[in-house]
Amino acid sequence: MEAILSRNFNISNAWKLSVAEERGAYQTAKKVLTSSKPEEVLAAVMASNLRGLGGAGFPTGKKWSFLPKNNPKPVYLVINADEGEPGTCKDRYILERDPHQMIEGIIISAFAINSHKAYVYIRGEYVRPYENLQAAVDEAYTKGYLGKNALGSGYAIDLVVHRGAGAYICGEETALLNSLEGGRGLPRLKPPFPAIVGLFGCPTIINNVETVACVPHIMKNGAEWFAALGIPGCGGTHLFSISGHVEKPGVYELPMGVSLKDIIYKNAGGILGGRQLKAVIPGGISAKILTAAEVDVKMDYDSLKNAGTMLGSAGIMVMDETTCMVKMLYYATKFFAHESCGQCSPCREGTGWAHKIVTRIYSGHGKIEDLDELLRIARNMERRTICVFADAAAWPILSYIGKFRTEFEQFITQGKAALLEPAGAH
Amino acid sequence: MANIVIDGKSFTVKDGITIIEAIDQVKSELPRYCYHPGLSIAGNCRICQVEVDKMPGTVIACNTRVAEGMVIHTQSEKAKDSQKVVLEFLLANHPLDCPVCDQAGECKLQDYYMEYGVYDSHFDETKVKKTKKGVSVGPTIMLDQERCILCSRCVRFGDEITKTHDFGIFGRGDRAKIDIYPGKELDNKYSGNVADICPVGALTDKDFRFKMRVWYLGKQESVCPGCSRGCNISVEFEKSRPYHLKNDRVMRLKPRENKDVNQWWMCDEGRYAYKSIDQNRIKAIKASRMNPQWKDTLEEVAGILKKASLSAWGLIASPQNTNEELYLTKRLFLDTLKWKQAAFKAPGQDGFEDNFLIKKDKNPNTLGAEKILNLGANEDMTAIVEKAKRGELEGLFIFNHDLAKIFGAETLKVIRQKVKTIIYQGTNLNPTAEIADIVLPAVTYAEKDGTFTNFEGRVQRIRKAVEPFAGTLPDWDILLNLAGLLGLTLKYLRPEHIFDDLAKENSAFKEMNYKKLGNTGLIWSQ
Ligand SMILES: Cc1cc2nc3c(=O)[nH]c(=O)nc-3n(C[C@H](O)[C@H](O)[C@H](O)COP(=O)(O)O)c2cc1C
Ligand code: SF4
Ligand code: SF4
Ligand code: SF4
Ligand code: FES
Repeated sequence: MEAILSRNFNISNAWKLSVAEERGAYQTAKKVLTSSKPEEVLAAVMASNLRGLGGAGFPTGKKWSFLPKNNPKPVYLVINADEGEPGTCKDRYILERDPHQMIEGIIISAFAINSHKAYVYIRGEYVRPYENLQAAVDEAYTKGYLGKNALGSGYAIDLVVHRGAGAYICGEETALLNSLEGGRGLPRLKPPFPAIVGLFGCPTIINNVETVACVPHIMKNGAEWFAALGIPGCGGTHLFSISGHVEKPGVYELPMGVSLKDIIYKNAGGILGGRQLKAVIPGGISAKILTAAEVDVKMDYDSLKNAGTMLGSAGIMVMDETTCMVKMLYYATKFFAHESCGQCSPCREGTGWAHKIVTRIYSGHGKIEDLDELLRIARNMERRTICVFADAAAWPILSYIGKFRTEFEQFITQGKAALLEPAGAH
Repeated sequence: MANIVIDGKSFTVKDGITIIEAIDQVKSELPRYCYHPGLSIAGNCRICQVEVDKMPGTVIACNTRVAEGMVIHTQSEKAKDSQKVVLEFLLANHPLDCPVCDQAGECKLQDYYMEYGVYDSHFDETKVKKTKKGVSVGPTIMLDQERCILCSRCVRFGDEITKTHDFGIFGRGDRAKIDIYPGKELDNKYSGNVADICPVGALTDKDFRFKMRVWYLGKQESVCPGCSRGCNISVEFEKSRPYHLKNDRVMRLKPRENKDVNQWWMCDEGRYAYKSIDQNRIKAIKASRMNPQWKDTLEEVAGILKKASLSAWGLIASPQNTNEELYLTKRLFLDTLKWKQAAFKAPGQDGFEDNFLIKKDKNPNTLGAEKILNLGANEDMTAIVEKAKRGELEGLFIFNHDLAKIFGAETLKVIRQKVKTIIYQGTNLNPTAEIADIVLPAVTYAEKDGTFTNFEGRVQRIRKAVEPFAGTLPDWDILLNLAGLLGLTLKYLRPEHIFDDLAKENSAFKEMNYKKLGNTGLIWSQ
């Protein structure tokens, strides 16, 4: 397959404008801004079947169309570069290795939604990506690609890069807006949705880094071309991050709908050390786990939903036979207990409560009843909160215990010793 | 308008209001912690779960808007289960120290547990410890972090109502805790309200703390006499154990909702002023004879007034008195005795005012006094006091005012020397009462019925919360008795009857009566 989003990932210094321009950067944006109408961009994005690549898979064109018509307030475009989902590092590649690709996407997207100000909210821990991105933005300003007269089109676009401070919840789009406004990163109650009341109370579109990076390609090669890369209803390619017990972990650009089995065994070179596969998390820590028997599944929003899990951030975490599921759950619950913003009682109390029980089990003091209690707590956390974090926190509990119950029971009754990890296990 | 169904009953409500507003309007019930009609919607406690037909799962009533044809269930198994589940989370880390918690009895955690919860505790882990327990956060309020359910009402109160930004929630997950901002104190003119809106025992009122369990309290609807705003209040008093705190009967005041006057709030000055109901009161009659009783004292006063010459006596009426009492004052002194010198307004007494509730006029009934006594340019008492100082008056009949406070102790001294007879009728001890020849002990607003007219002409009822102290009488009763002795027979049994006559006679009160005034009062017709 031809590399699209990743075509510059292995070109050295592609984050520099001169290198990026040699490879065609900004040509599409220039053309669009000088010869297209915003409605044409919107129509193309609609027709391309581009779905948001930040996790929820919401059709991007449809999201843009929710902006109020004839609104007197400024419209903001906010790029979610918080990439906090454990097991995910795809946006990092764009930000660090090919930031101009995203900036070009921002210029076209802002033009399409009639926005003159865009923000990139970048994960605080991303130091190199930030440095490269900021350098790229500065260069784009110097060249007049950003600013009052972007690309000589007469259209004004300002771009501000804002660094987060390390909270996972600030990746949730409305928490991100609060954080960007200088407040605590607390997800907002919806409705109202950001397209109506977003940043500073103005209509706002929030898109993932990779989502906007797709836009120049759609405008360059056409919506049909893009749609045809994927599967019906979900166009384009996707950057899959794969980590864990595989021979070649990394970021792979593959078409939507690619087989998970193929990613693991073909692209990533199979299980580390030739061991047996035990389980896979297909879309970041929030996604429900799949057993080895369930990996023959297509990697797209609908197929994974039908398989009882989700594509999420497309962060694939592979676990081989040496993996202790109790330990996995211990780390998952620890993460969610640590990162819950604490607003909603089911999430605030549930994440902490569940983690305490799992910690007790993991430290050898579990009771068999704890398992049903954990499932009960997890179920009670679902669908009762301001954002879906609580659901995401519940899913590892429900799926790890649901699918590996015997292992949990053995761990509790026979102790850790019974499951001594083979040498070399991580 | 939208036609909706709540628990099987049909209602028509305004389109676009939230489900919880609809539930409140039709007087149905639903648990809530974070929702408060006076604050923005936070939707964080998640207890107000309801089931709505055609919507998946359950939704929160405080942030879901009604729509035509909506069918809402607050009591269905799904709704109740959802509420119960949320309550269990809220209680997971709660210290459950009800036996030593002052909120017990009016705590929404306790209430909802009994109503919606009642399960066996499953929480078997170590609870999260929070450090501030019983810590003062300002002059009026104590904080207990562990009891807090993080509903953010107090935070929003400081952000949205007083704009003093006192509280914040610090930390995330189950480490989140409520606290005052570092280096700050909760010290604003409305601080007491946070204890009212805190649904649990996390913020308690220092003044009331540990005085008594709330189930011993009686409550009476009334109006704060602290300024011309006339905030609607509930006077809360020792009901069942009068021996407990001996002479302290009124335990606290709480604001009562009145959207047009004080919304849900009251100021601290008004809130803590209740002590004068029980303390520093005039309880003994003073008259020329030893051990005076009401009958002989009133006869003595009537005798003096009969002989008093119209021009040699001055009347200083009080805007602390009710409309009914001022009406009797007018009938007796102005209409019947035809005194020429009468006033009620004290000069230079304006106090603090803000653009929220607090008014600079610290009397509850100045407008009533103006309208009823109708003294025009003569309402200010300075002229009468000047005359008294010059020795041009033979006698003064003073209601409630302390001349020493208004004109200084020196003036009072001169008046005492120059004026032969001073009759004082009032509630609390002060230098003027001390120097009076005759003192008629009256009762406070908490011990009588009546009405006040607030700064915008709203006539509102006060109601008797506690019985008058032995030996004291309401002003209206004293005035009725005096009137009888002076040949003006008025057949009123209750202030309500006096008000009916006032309404007939004074066009401002036209067509008003106690029933129509109801709980929230009525504005003057002109
Ligand atoms: C707890 C939580 C964390 C999230 N973190 C991220 C993130 O790090 N990056 C991201 O792009 N989207 C994240 N999302 C999804 C965003 O809320 C939002 O859906 C997305 O940014 C929209 O962009 P898209 O439509 O282009 O996918 C998160 C959502 C939740 C609930
Ligand atoms: S679900 Fe959790 S993370 Fe999301 S708003 Fe509620 S408490 Fe915060
Ligand atoms: S202290 Fe009371 S009002 Fe404030 S957040 Fe806690 S429970 Fe709510
Ligand atoms: S504002 Fe005035 S009426 Fe209201 S509580 Fe304060 S003193 Fe009383
Ligand atoms: S009252 Fe509705 S969520 Fe708290």
